[in-house]
Amino acid sequence: MSGQVAKLDNNDNKTIFGFWVYVMTDCALFASLFATFIVLRNNTFGGEPASELFSLPYVLIETLLLLASSFTCGLALRALYLGNKQAVLGLLGATFVLGFAFLGLELNEFHHLVQEGNSWSRSGFLSAFFTLVGTHGLHISVGLLWAATLAIYIWKQGVDRIAMRRLTLFSIFWHFLDVVWIFIFTIVYLIGAL
Amino acid sequence: MKKHPKLPEYLSLQNYTLGFISSLILTFCAYVIVVSHVDSGHSTLSHRSITSIILVLAVTQLMVQSIYFLHIGRGKSALWNVVAYLFMLGVVTIIVVGSLWIMKNLDYHHGESMTPAETNKHIQSEEAIQPEAHH
Repeated sequence: MSGQVAKLDNNDNKTIFGFWVYVMTDCALFASLFATFIVLRNNTFGGEPASELFSLPYVLIETLLLLASSFTCGLALRALYLGNKQAVLGLLGATFVLGFAFLGLELNEFHHLVQEGNSWSRSGFLSAFFTLVGTHGLHISVGLLWAATLAIYIWKQGVDRIAMRRLTLFSIFWHFLDVVWIFIFTIVYLIGAL
Repeated sequence: MKKHPKLPEYLSLQNYTLGFISSLILTFCAYVIVVSHVDSGHSTLSHRSITSIILVLAVTQLMVQSIYFLHIGRGKSALWNVVAYLFMLGVVTIIVVGSLWIMKNLDYHHGESMTPAETNKHIQSEEAIQPEAHH
């Protein structure tokens, strides 16, 4: 079912650029949290270090889920440019499910840490860890809400110009979160395991 | 291969698949390097080399995803997107490298549980400074 393909106008392109600038400033927020984490990462106050706290296979699964959801999100944008509503909804749904699974795993990890007495109040290292990873998780939660409302819009209104603008913005946001996660995976988990 | 006249070239399936597969490979490489290092009892390479290698892999993946997923430099207002992106890279570098530099320096000048007098002594011996003679 290939209908009329929408086209973005000049105002849409301005909106997209504005959103891009917001995403760039969000990088400054994450950069500060990364710097804080790296400074505090050895200050465990006698608690377990990162190498004993985290399970690498578990985090690898989280990483793969988020990477796959970034991929399906890109394909959803492609399907929208082809005017294929069914494919857009399917791929956006896949993005949501994969992102939701990622968030579930992350919250489960947080739950276990807190239950074992390793909450954010345990040490400087854990405060920085929960702030950095939690801020990313909060962004993911907002992204999931956005994906769900966008899917409802596309389902009701079809693949019009507004859907194209919104999905373009969402894809920038979602790919950006995956890029931030690469660095969380590398700096917090991989280097922490060394 | 069917051509889609409305589809910009950068949104092609090949581009997304290429980005996805390269990201998977880079992620697995970093993972395997760290896991084999830990399993071998930290004997493969020095801590510093492993850290550098996986940071290089992460930066490579940043570039891959910027090109194939975020389509840097493509589409409308591409130039301004690139300008904002490069500016952000500069800001992030200043924030992260600057903070770490300052904190490392502070750490050096305030060694763990040292009194100011002990710190002075420590720095004098580290940097081979001859204390001035007291009059």
